[in-house]
Amino acid sequence: MSSILITSILVLSLLGLTLAVVLYLTAQKFKIIEDPRIEQVEAVLPGANCGGCGYPGCHGFAEAFVKADDITSFFCPVGGNVTMANAAKVIGKTAETKDPMVAVVRCSGSPEHRKRIAEYEGAPSCKLATALYSGDTACQYGCLGLGDCVAVCQFDAIYIDPVTLLPVVNEDKCTGCGACVKACPKSIIELRKKGPKGKRIYVSCINKDKGGPARKACDVACIGCGKCVKVCPHEAITLENNLAYIDYNKCKLCRKCVEECPTGAILEINFPLRKQKVEGQIESTETL
Amino acid sequence: MLKTFAKGGVHPPENKLSANRPIETLPLPARVSIPVSQHIGAPATILVAKGDKVKVGQLIAQSAGFVSANIHSSVSGTVESVDVVLDSSGYKRPAITIVVEGDEWDSSIDRTPDIKTEINLSAQEIIKKITDAGIVGMGGATFPSHVKLSVPTGKKADVLIINGVECEPYLTSDHRLMLEKGHELMVGIQMLMRALNVDRAMIGVENNKPDAIKYLTEISSSYKGISVHALKVKYPQGGEKQLIKALINREVPSGGLPIDVGAVVHNVGTAFAVYEAVQKNKPLFERVVTVTGKNLAKPSNFLVRIGTPVSELISAAGGIPTDTAKVVNGGPMMGKAVVDVNVPVTKGTSGVIVFPATESKRKTESVCIRCAKCVSVCPMGLEPYLLTRMSQRMMFENMEHERVLDCIECGSCSFTCPANLPLLDYIRLGKSEVNKIVRARKN
Amino acid sequence: MDNKFVVSLSPHVHSGESTSRLMFNVVLALTPAFAVSLYYFGLGALVVTLLAVLSCVLFEYLIQKFILKVTPTITDGSAIVTGLLLAFNVPSNLPWYIVVVGSLFAIGVAKMSFGGLGSNPFNPALAARVFMLISFPVQMTSWPLPIESRLKYIDAVTGPTPLSILKEELKKGETISQISDQIPTHMQMFMGLMGGSLGEIAAFALLIGFVWLLYKKVITWHIPITIFTTIFVFTGILWLINPEKNADPIFHLVTGGVMIGAIFMATDYVTSPMHPKGMIIFGLGIGLLTVIIRVWGAYPEGVSFAILIMNAFVPLINRYVKPKRFGEEVKRNG
Repeated sequence: MSSILITSILVLSLLGLTLAVVLYLTAQKFKIIEDPRIEQVEAVLPGANCGGCGYPGCHGFAEAFVKADDITSFFCPVGGNVTMANAAKVIGKTAETKDPMVAVVRCSGSPEHRKRIAEYEGAPSCKLATALYSGDTACQYGCLGLGDCVAVCQFDAIYIDPVTLLPVVNEDKCTGCGACVKACPKSIIELRKKGPKGKRIYVSCINKDKGGPARKACDVACIGCGKCVKVCPHEAITLENNLAYIDYNKCKLCRKCVEECPTGAILEINFPLRKQKVEGQIESTETL
Repeated sequence: MLKTFAKGGVHPPENKLSANRPIETLPLPARVSIPVSQHIGAPATILVAKGDKVKVGQLIAQSAGFVSANIHSSVSGTVESVDVVLDSSGYKRPAITIVVEGDEWDSSIDRTPDIKTEINLSAQEIIKKITDAGIVGMGGATFPSHVKLSVPTGKKADVLIINGVECEPYLTSDHRLMLEKGHELMVGIQMLMRALNVDRAMIGVENNKPDAIKYLTEISSSYKGISVHALKVKYPQGGEKQLIKALINREVPSGGLPIDVGAVVHNVGTAFAVYEAVQKNKPLFERVVTVTGKNLAKPSNFLVRIGTPVSELISAAGGIPTDTAKVVNGGPMMGKAVVDVNVPVTKGTSGVIVFPATESKRKTESVCIRCAKCVSVCPMGLEPYLLTRMSQRMMFENMEHERVLDCIECGSCSFTCPANLPLLDYIRLGKSEVNKIVRARKN
Repeated sequence: MDNKFVVSLSPHVHSGESTSRLMFNVVLALTPAFAVSLYYFGLGALVVTLLAVLSCVLFEYLIQKFILKVTPTITDGSAIVTGLLLAFNVPSNLPWYIVVVGSLFAIGVAKMSFGGLGSNPFNPALAARVFMLISFPVQMTSWPLPIESRLKYIDAVTGPTPLSILKEELKKGETISQISDQIPTHMQMFMGLMGGSLGEIAAFALLIGFVWLLYKKVITWHIPITIFTTIFVFTGILWLINPEKNADPIFHLVTGGVMIGAIFMATDYVTSPMHPKGMIIFGLGIGLLTVIIRVWGAYPEGVSFAILIMNAFVPLINRYVKPKRFGEEVKRNG
């Protein structure tokens, strides 16, 4: 009985030992020597592997980052300036600070503003729907609401509002990685500067039709009237193809254009509520 | 045993409601909108401007490159606008809108009814005429015909295959054309044969059109090199690759073209258009369109001028039924649902089908039970269930490896799925992504 | 037009085939075997079958509604089929609580815990059968005698199956000719006159079901025919080598669970390969394993084990055995 026990133990130990040696030798032979800094850089990165930096995952970024001479073009949108500073410290360089970005959905065409003329049926994919038609409304630029942006978001920062049928970005969760921007077949989503305390102003429409058809298709469309361009004191607004665009680097958040827009296509986000009447506002300033 | 293709296939209910209705000429509409992109390839360059007077058959948009096609006016009248118009692609695209005034044809067109059988043009001259007439594949693919006729150097065609299969349910336009324009068709085929320098042509017709098979067989004896072949009824027999397999038992290689196996395939509608273009000098500005639907009062086959709004066709067929919830441009298996009935008829419109509400919606999806029916019906030997899963998980590289690009989008998988899964939807999605990847790799 | 059109990509028509219709056809195909079972086992067959079907459907409903919190999909009929197959694979005198526990295992463990219909790697009815066989070996291997037990349930008169007779006697050193009087004739066995699980006995009734399934295109011939052929050829060879120690191939085909296993269990959509080439490999494996277990294994019967083992290989088969693509051969030659 005991002899069986001893043989078993011996055979198994021998087997284990031999295999261990084989494993060790193989590991030595096929060892890949990697710059240790790559691992260090990767350690300070968020590890989301979202691809928002333009590299395949965080490891890809770290590899390229360590090899690069000039690191100005590198930016991890998820980790932001803090992460970049840490990563630069690892390789003994300093990173430029960049403004944090956030995704904005440039369409306000909820069913109440934009009449549906057809009913889509099929796999829930905006990309697929674009192969079929320009959209279920008379606006051929607007949001299809099938959620390709939601599907690609790794941070759970975007969802389709069940009432407006439009995507809503949760700006606390949004890292500005740009995955939704790439996923949107209509190019409705744009990365914009998050702004001080999240304050930002943008044209929430990308309709390039002339005023008439645009207005007919959607109540809150940009009709290309150009009033905002005239009223802007900072020359931040340009008008091209019947569509106004606000340059977020030039915009000083004065909100004049918001008041001027006849269709309400320009949105202001995270500003305190305005007083109801213009007269009231003047009065209040006077009392101050 | 009747010939057919080997792999897969389905048997959708035929519903050929308009098979016995002769082709009628549709009265001229009040205005037509002629899109300048009715074919695969570059949109044609517009030659007219607002206010111009045009005649029937006048060139109004010029082919913009080799893979492109001329567009001719289908009516006489005044150009009302050159603007974007919603067409059957579902997008607003450039089109020429003409207000109809009278019916004045270009003087070069031979409008006599006699059939001209003698061919005294060379291959080059025939191809030139086909190019000028703006002829594209009339089966629905709308690939410019002259491109198919210009055999690349190093390759040789030995057989011309004429597609008279019409395997799509409901559609009967090719069927009627074969019955009513048999001799014109034969002459057209002979011209295509000369253009390709081949000495035999095979017409494939599915066995559900015995009258057309009988008639064509009868008259084909007086035309050299043309034979008619009855084929077993099975969808998608009219797919180019399936038809070649059925008739001459050659398999077009993956990623290849019919010319790689020495065959060129043309639709019967195209052959008829070639006859008219070459013998009668008549450019392609009208075509036969089937207007059908179970609740439609009078399912019909109309000879329609290109650019006529689809709504005109439906009213001529008895008006749009009140319970209509879907209008499809093309056949039920591969056609496209339209948003609006005012989209214009184009060169590729083979049919318009009006579906009642009860048949418009897909049934509720359930889970895949791995019944493998999609695999067994796929005529290309693919695995639709697998491709769908990969597409849902965005595994596009794997999809390429599983040969998603071979998919001919025939719809057999979605048709047969007991779980009502939109298999083809997902496969299409993956296919477009894979195409993008492949293109990016080439650049 | 004021009303909105439905827009969708092609195809715009559907075959009308549905999961519930497929399952309904399987149930129909099982009815001849059930009728035969009622004829031979009477009350017991009725009680066990009803109990298994009801508890399978109920468990599926309860699990989906209260544990998974999804809309119950019992209308697709898959639980009914599982229940029927489970009942068909147990003796007709099986106590009610074992049937219920088996159903719970089939639905709860073998099916739902893997994600429900379409995701289970193993055939639920078979997994439950093996579970019961291991947990309740005595009850699961006491086979009521046909006809005599017609009006009895738990108290049925039991006896051995032809396969267990074969196994026991051969072990004792007897030869086939010596035990031939203990074994029913081939014709009797074909008609189902022998001990066994309540639905597996009547080969002819199961074959009627097979024809129905083929006619309705619910299944293809590949799996069952490959299994039959493999078993026939393999046992045939053994029989030719030594007819005194090995039973003839017809005996192997009509006894035990070969018929029900090959026609109804191995062809289960979810747990079988997706295309003909794979199906043939799958069938070949089942056939070989069945014979190996029957001839050299400890158990007299091996169909359930063989199918479960091959179920485990299905993902591998699907992955490495691909259907022939259109245009593939030409490319290789060129």
